[in-house]
Amino acid sequence: MSLVYNEDQLQLQDSARDFLAARSPVALQRALRDEGSALGYSPEVWNGMLELGWGAVAFSEQDGGLDFGFAGYAPLFEEIGRHLSASPLLSSVVLCGGLIEQLGTDAQRHHWLPALISGERRLALALEEGARHQPDDFAVTARRDGSGWVLNGSKSWVTDAVSADGWLVVASEADGGCGVFLVSADQPGVQLRTRQMIDARNMGALQLDQVRLADAARLGDNAACAALELVLDRGRACLAAELLGLAEAAFAMTVDYLKTRVQFDAPIGSFQALQHRAARLYAQLQLARSSVMAAFEVLDRSTGSVRERRRLVSLAKWQASQLAQHVGNEAIQMHGGIGVTDEYDLGLFLKRMRLAQNQLGNADFHCQRYGDNRGA
Amino acid sequence: MNELEAFRQETRAWLESNCPPSMRTPMPSDEIVWGGRTVEFKHEDQRLWFERMRDKGWFCPDWPVEYGGGGLNPQQAAILDAEMRRLHCRPPQINLGIWMLGPVLLEFATEEQKQRFLPPMARGEIRWCQGFSEPNAGSDLASLRTSAVLDGDDFVINGTKIWTSYGNKSDWMYALVRTGPMEPKQAGISLVVLDMTSPGISVSPIDLISGKSSFCQVFFDNVRVPRAQLIGELNGGWALGKALLQHERNAMSRFSESALPTHFDLDEFLEKYLGDPQTPAETALQQRAIACLMQEEAFRLTNRRLFETLRARQDASGLMAIAKLVHTEQERSKFELLLEIMGNHALGWAGEGFDQRELDLTGAWLMSFAQTIAGGSSEVQLNVIAKRVLGLPEAK
Repeated sequence: MSLVYNEDQLQLQDSARDFLAARSPVALQRALRDEGSALGYSPEVWNGMLELGWGAVAFSEQDGGLDFGFAGYAPLFEEIGRHLSASPLLSSVVLCGGLIEQLGTDAQRHHWLPALISGERRLALALEEGARHQPDDFAVTARRDGSGWVLNGSKSWVTDAVSADGWLVVASEADGGCGVFLVSADQPGVQLRTRQMIDARNMGALQLDQVRLADAARLGDNAACAALELVLDRGRACLAAELLGLAEAAFAMTVDYLKTRVQFDAPIGSFQALQHRAARLYAQLQLARSSVMAAFEVLDRSTGSVRERRRLVSLAKWQASQLAQHVGNEAIQMHGGIGVTDEYDLGLFLKRMRLAQNQLGNADFHCQRYGDNRGA
Repeated sequence: MNELEAFRQETRAWLESNCPPSMRTPMPSDEIVWGGRTVEFKHEDQRLWFERMRDKGWFCPDWPVEYGGGGLNPQQAAILDAEMRRLHCRPPQINLGIWMLGPVLLEFATEEQKQRFLPPMARGEIRWCQGFSEPNAGSDLASLRTSAVLDGDDFVINGTKIWTSYGNKSDWMYALVRTGPMEPKQAGISLVVLDMTSPGISVSPIDLISGKSSFCQVFFDNVRVPRAQLIGELNGGWALGKALLQHERNAMSRFSESALPTHFDLDEFLEKYLGDPQTPAETALQQRAIACLMQEEAFRLTNRRLFETLRARQDASGLMAIAKLVHTEQERSKFELLLEIMGNHALGWAGEGFDQRELDLTGAWLMSFAQTIAGGSSEVQLNVIAKRVLGLPEAK
């Protein structure tokens, strides 16, 4: 592994770029928004991704995957960001698939993983209860009830909740640990209210009232905390790569604009005040890219400590979030009036950036986490 | 076992038996060995290490053997570098000539000039300084005015150079001089090398806000320099100067990584100067320190990515262009933060009441202001990124 894409990753990136440019241009995301799509993504594009094997990339062959390694998701999510493409790849495959892979019994893995990989079924992760990321303290409870379980509480921010076949609900258990439970969409006691977000994707608020589940609904028998944290780190790395791609695209639009927009009889990109700001963005992009690459490297490495993984993943999400904040703001400012029009695509990038910045921990969260995990 | 692996084993074994243990410890600034006519050694181990590396040709491992180099290919040179780092070997000497002028001579000098200048450089016998900037030619280097007028077989040089590091301790200088006063400014510049003991040269050191410094101003009063010491074409010096500056930036990052002893570990200062328990204001400082450490780690990763990009034979020009800017600005921010963490302890000038580490920090902080200016200011670096990397248009 290295901080530079290898041949296989470059191939994956090329094919993703070709596919997304042809099938998932920014105009498609805009059209989904204009028509008020409840799903927030195009099922045709999603099927296309699955046909290309994007669901199978990181899973082992015995789980029905391609065994490419998790690093395959770096170029994929980067391109997803660059093309502003929406899909449930993160929510259903990386997060829910990852949890089932890490925690599930053989029966649960056999039942779910091939279906998630092929897209025959789709799950969403019901983790967040508050407005900001909180990965280790849950008010939703799972109580033993005979041989089964009873869940109570609410999960207020479930990404891609609409039309999912079910949810993986993270709940506190009596012993203070946490468990992950499969709740199917038609389960009695579950109510879903949906929210449309600024990027035209959806989040759901899941209300769980005396939801009775069979014992087999719990993923595995062990405490879920460590596996949950690993899978969330994978998700954070994917979001960091997506933010990198979003920022690259917004930056490229801006540099193009600086070269072509003429004021005072000169391209505005010949003015040093703007040149220097663009050059600083470029430098920041490079620092973020190195950090994102290091996060994927550590996730694929079998050696190395948990603290190192936490540190490098938080570095990547922090860098990518700061980058998106800076690039998003500067891109709009340097575009001037056209940058704040709905007609121009930049606003769509800004909105997606802010969503991805806030998901699975914002910059302050990851700065704190990096500090807490310094040293061996 | 392939050849490179065999070379690695051999090199490791050689270093282990030839690098004295005392030369594998962190190097205080007063123990740097500077090559030159008068090399000073503080103790015998320094001399041993200097002579052993010199005799291997490893002051300049990737130069051809015929010019006194080690004759290593780039992979072997990288292995030597990695093995030296692994064992924490000190640089046996520091010699700007080797890192900056050497590659330019190898590329542009005549065979006779190579034979004359490279072998002594490779043996660490000549200490070089650089004569580029002038009082009225800083960021706009091409407006330099120190003149070199041909008179028979000599140039006669008049004018002044400034910010010449170790001008008072160097044996020779390579300098950009104006040989074509009527040409467009970049097209009238030549690169010459000259002996600092030539009649008509005087040198005065410059005190900086940090105190004594290595910077000097050099004055030329009818200094005669043989025409044979012109490097490259007459009026063709600008391109060579730009090549030299790129080598300078590379050398500066090499300096900062391993050679210079001024590394200040944030943790050490946090522990020493913040209270326990922390006040809310101290907690805020602690948070800023974490962000500073994160920036530093991202920069280290970027350096690694630069190395891996070069190894993969991909374009690394963008990564090279940001290195000096990012590094020197990060350093300055870190010192500013250390200053706040230490409070009054970082604001002492001399004498009792401050320990040496505190005084060193104060000096390094004040010196960090020079680093974002020297070797191409941050603004010059931003210009380079904007124009050469991003392709933004020139101003009208």
